[in-house]
Amino acid sequence: MSTTERIVPDRLRSPLEQRLKSWESLLLLVAIGIFVANSFASPYFLNAWNLSDATFNFTEKAMIAFAMALLIISGEIDLSVASIIALASTAMGAAVQIGVGTPGLVMIGLGVGLLCGAFNGVLVTRFGLPSIVVTIGTMSLFRGISFIVLGDQAFKGYPASFSWFGQGYVWWVISFELVLFAIIAVIYAVLLHKTNFGRAVYAIGNNSTGAMFSGIRVSRVKFILFLLTGLMSGIAAVCLTARLGSTRPSIATGWELEIVTMVVLGGVSILGGSGTIIGVVIAAFVMGLVTFGLGLLNVPGIVMSIVIGALLIGVIALPRLWSMWRAR
Amino acid sequence: MLKQSDTILPAEGETVDDSVLALDGITKTFPGVKALAEVSLRLFPGKVTALVGENGAGKSTVVKILTGIYQPDGGTILVNGQPTTFRVPQAAADHGVTAIHQETVLFDELSVAENIFLGHAPRGSFGLIDLKTMNSKARQILEEIGAQIDPEHKLKDLGIANKHLVAIARALSIDARVVIMDEPTAALSHKEIEELYELVERLKTQGKAILFISHKFDEIFRIADNYTVFRDGQLIGNGAIADVTEAELVKMMVGRDVSQIFPKRSANPGEVVLKVSDYAHPTEFDGIGFTLRKGEILGFYGLVGAGRSEFMQSLFGITRASGGTVEIEGAPVQIKSPADAVDSGIVYVPEDRGKQGAILDLPIFQNVTLPSLGRISSKGFLKLAEEFKLAREYTERLDLRAASLDTPVGNLSGGNQQKVVIAKWLATKPKVIILDEPTKGVDIGSKAAVHEFMAELAAQGLAVVMVSSEIPEVLGMSDRVIVMREGRIAAELAGDDLQPETLVRHAAGI
Repeated sequence: MSTTERIVPDRLRSPLEQRLKSWESLLLLVAIGIFVANSFASPYFLNAWNLSDATFNFTEKAMIAFAMALLIISGEIDLSVASIIALASTAMGAAVQIGVGTPGLVMIGLGVGLLCGAFNGVLVTRFGLPSIVVTIGTMSLFRGISFIVLGDQAFKGYPASFSWFGQGYVWWVISFELVLFAIIAVIYAVLLHKTNFGRAVYAIGNNSTGAMFSGIRVSRVKFILFLLTGLMSGIAAVCLTARLGSTRPSIATGWELEIVTMVVLGGVSILGGSGTIIGVVIAAFVMGLVTFGLGLLNVPGIVMSIVIGALLIGVIALPRLWSMWRAR
Repeated sequence: MLKQSDTILPAEGETVDDSVLALDGITKTFPGVKALAEVSLRLFPGKVTALVGENGAGKSTVVKILTGIYQPDGGTILVNGQPTTFRVPQAAADHGVTAIHQETVLFDELSVAENIFLGHAPRGSFGLIDLKTMNSKARQILEEIGAQIDPEHKLKDLGIANKHLVAIARALSIDARVVIMDEPTAALSHKEIEELYELVERLKTQGKAILFISHKFDEIFRIADNYTVFRDGQLIGNGAIADVTEAELVKMMVGRDVSQIFPKRSANPGEVVLKVSDYAHPTEFDGIGFTLRKGEILGFYGLVGAGRSEFMQSLFGITRASGGTVEIEGAPVQIKSPADAVDSGIVYVPEDRGKQGAILDLPIFQNVTLPSLGRISSKGFLKLAEEFKLAREYTERLDLRAASLDTPVGNLSGGNQQKVVIAKWLATKPKVIILDEPTKGVDIGSKAAVHEFMAELAAQGLAVVMVSSEIPEVLGMSDRVIVMREGRIAAELAGDDLQPETLVRHAAGI
């Protein structure tokens, strides 16, 4: 068959146009709105140091949220992330007791994260178990180990150099965690949007059978995603432990749902197949700003979670209501 | 025959007013594509109207407009001569318009009667479902269509043919006056097709108007009274089926004369590319061995369940074989996954396009480049410009029709989806391409194009394996044919042995 004169264009809408009409743009407006509202609501809001403090509300969670975003886009989920933090933190605390120094502690934190991720990954990809079931199980398992080791005790005595990962500032009000968050965001954005690996993640999330029939090594990609999620949990464990200066088995309780909320708020489809890293970045700021703003107004924690829940449903329902209204 | 027309002549013996449902000057535009341009269609009680056209001619769009899924941009829908609109699917149902799709959605865990009446079950006191009435009504409808099915059985206990009858019963349960059948015979066996024809006759005597969409000319000429031909979203012609010949219909459909013969090929196969020996699977097949040469087309024929697709999928690494060896160009290869197969130069175009062949929600260009990501990237980083270049190169070779390369594959017609899948594999520069029922559900114009393209690939030195259940296709395209029966090779035929009777005899084991 010869080629014809009829030319099929690459795109009908430019990438810029698509971006302007996207979920992320809407979310950015929400973030700006919250920022403005906050600055009117409290006189303490527009203060560089206060704002810097506010970033700690989301940096650690967001590091995990980036890996979780890839996992959810691929059609899987990991609900054990907060428990991995607990286990990794417990391991680091135990290591402190026998005199391990800062580099060793970091290695242990990341190593435990990787091992936990590998464990989840093997159960899901090798034995074909559903990830939601596997990670609900390991959620209890990992934190359970931490409770057995610690009981109602706490590990303390982290070296001063270690605390820099959670309390250090790189320059002026810019904390180490904020810098790490930004670097990780860029790495994940590139990984998801600019590499073969990221393309495979999208393909698997849209149709894993079709991806397999196209020669994508589906199990390998999914295993790597569980590994990455475990690693990010390990990194978050280092930062959080360093920031708190102690380890209790209840550390980071409930974070898994906040992280999933962040990912979904960022426009990642919970059914898999679509979503962007920039969306998760904006969602992280939105959640951080809301929590911080309400905190300045002395709103109790339980009300904050109601507000976050309402925000999630509201922001997700809005575009749908809008298109329903337009279709009439 | 009419050229593009504003007014439309009713078939002989009928006037416009007789039509129970009519479309007048319907236009429908999608971004970048005019799907329908002022088309008209008339359906008469007790008559079967065949709607024919190539993939992408606008048939599905018309069905969606008739069933209230799409709203036309212009023109009118007339029910018994009265202009009306079908704002929602329910409105079409209320006017007695019902459609039986190729793949009807049914629910395995519900009973037959529940499937038939889902959404409009008869209600008793307190608004609860009146099971008794529902079951007896279901039994009555099933009897009407001559189906011997117990309405209280669960759907999952039925065979595929009976499930189809349930789908038809469901369509009739709303007291339909217009029944749309969209390729109803695509998934049916010979015997079941005969039963469907009887059913159509029965619906005719009940005075129902039937719109029959089919790619098969023998059935169109057998059961249709009238015909309407679409091409590229335009009405090309209509009239009584008795007044046209098959050749005339084909010409209207494709806008040119299509030779029914298969492309002429001068077969001079080169060296052996693929050698399979003693290939076995615990349950599906055993002792498969053959060689395939460059430039050769090897046909695999057999009855449904003979193990052809299972063998091909195993060769492609989907299921693990229990024994046997595969050699590519003389070197043994281990194929444990489709990725291994692609690396070895073996690619597979599956029969199930929607689930296995393509990723429907992803755009065309990403589908095409998915197995070739290594070629459009450096060190794992994608280069978008090269990606579009590669996608463009191969989609143009296949004459793909689409609004843009950014269009999701799911928006394309069946024939064009198949082109995307083939383009995807050609972009990997394979040595062996396996095509599983490559022209199933593809209309006659695209069919010829696929055949021509296969011949061209073989001429360029690609080794082609073609699984097909259509004897003319197998005989017309293949240099050699392997007939499979019950998981084993029943015969390998070439030259003068390639006769329809011989194939059927070996396939059935007579």
